[in-house]
Amino acid sequence: MDIGSFLINAILLVFLAATAIAVARLQNLFAGAMLFGIYSLLSAGVFVVLDAVDVAFTEAAVGAGIATILMLSTIALTGIKHESIPIRPLRSLLLVAVVGAALIYGTFDMPRFGDAEAPAHQHVALRYLQQSGDEIGIPNVVTSVLASYRGYDTLGEVAVIFTAGIGVLCLLGGSRRRRTDPADKS
Amino acid sequence: MRHHLVLRVIAKLLIPLILLFALYVQFHGDFGPGGGFQAGVIFGSAFILYGLIFGANTARRVATPEVVRVLAACGVLLYAGVGVVAILRGGNYLQYRVLAATATGGEHLGIFLIEFGVGLTVAMIMIGLFYCFTGYRPSDHNNGTHPHDA
Amino acid sequence: MQAFGLFNYWVVVLLMMTGLYIVTASPNLIKKIIGLNIFQTSVFILYITIGKVSFGTAPILVDGVSRYSNPLPHVLILTAIVVGVATTALGLALVVRIHSAYGSINESELQNEDAADS
Repeated sequence: MDIGSFLINAILLVFLAATAIAVARLQNLFAGAMLFGIYSLLSAGVFVVLDAVDVAFTEAAVGAGIATILMLSTIALTGIKHESIPIRPLRSLLLVAVVGAALIYGTFDMPRFGDAEAPAHQHVALRYLQQSGDEIGIPNVVTSVLASYRGYDTLGEVAVIFTAGIGVLCLLGGSRRRRTDPADKS
Repeated sequence: MRHHLVLRVIAKLLIPLILLFALYVQFHGDFGPGGGFQAGVIFGSAFILYGLIFGANTARRVATPEVVRVLAACGVLLYAGVGVVAILRGGNYLQYRVLAATATGGEHLGIFLIEFGVGLTVAMIMIGLFYCFTGYRPSDHNNGTHPHDA
Repeated sequence: MQAFGLFNYWVVVLLMMTGLYIVTASPNLIKKIIGLNIFQTSVFILYITIGKVSFGTAPILVDGVSRYSNPLPHVLILTAIVVGVATTALGLALVVRIHSAYGSINESELQNEDAADS
């Protein structure tokens, strides 16, 4: 096993778990949103260690940047800074414990960390790595799979992003009066 | 926002660099990490930074909401259009190899175009989201159904 | 050493359950969306962990390197992140509209008002 990258990955994951639990315990929404930004940045670090540089790039820009800004603007728009006490926390804890135990039981059949013989590496991924250099002719395999082999998939994703943007526009935009509103100096 | 002098100066220095970096990520995505999704988000975040420092209305004058909306649709259309052009040139939908004389040349051209479409849509949607959230006035949308007002 | 190989999955389960706890226990809609995002990121880490190959490098073809991590999970998660932020924005927009219609984003208060209306 690749001890070096495993250790860095493990330390970052411990930080991630601590941040997530802090978000769950905090009642202050502003602190929760900021901690979520830190959580995203830490997960981007995990992605770098696990060789997913493209994913880390996206997560750092999206999670730590845009998502946090959107959450902060929602908190500002609603003006609600604190949440009230959890509803039926014991029932939720029980649910979480049961589901978590079932998932942990499921992990015992998973391939070990970094196992090169794992089923996920045997099928189409092997072909992408061996053939895409000749077929597509660009070095970044992630880009060739994203744009060429799975072009339909990506077209669908772009359509989803566009549709979500239009949805937000319908929910929050629409009013043209505010564009000439002199009170808007923020 | 008048007196955040340090923020304003640093932002003015950083925003061109962020835009340039976004373009690098967009067009260098074939060779290193990067691509349309990342470049779009970085490009959008430069505008969002500008809006946060100098006010959302100043940002709206730089990129008007109408332009943002039209360009977001253009990105999706460019992506889908590349597929249609591939059909017209005798291939299948999104089969880039028919776009140019050689197969890898076609793949290069197709990937370049659709990554550009992805980047355009993502950047404009991110800017549009920022405009929606900063421009929202609850009074415009409260059409008398508020239970506490009744 | 074998047992450590599952450490990533256990942290993923812990993060996922933290997210699930926030979604079910917190009455506040913004907090619920933060919980959903934590859940979502844990799924991303699960996929990327599956894609890791020991002593492999990032899947960018270089001469003299023959061991790469699996690019397929990277592609799936890369697009999922950007789609995730777009849908998060849609959820937050709904929260803002709920707040202007009801004056509250607390789940139990919303249910009480709906019960009072009907």
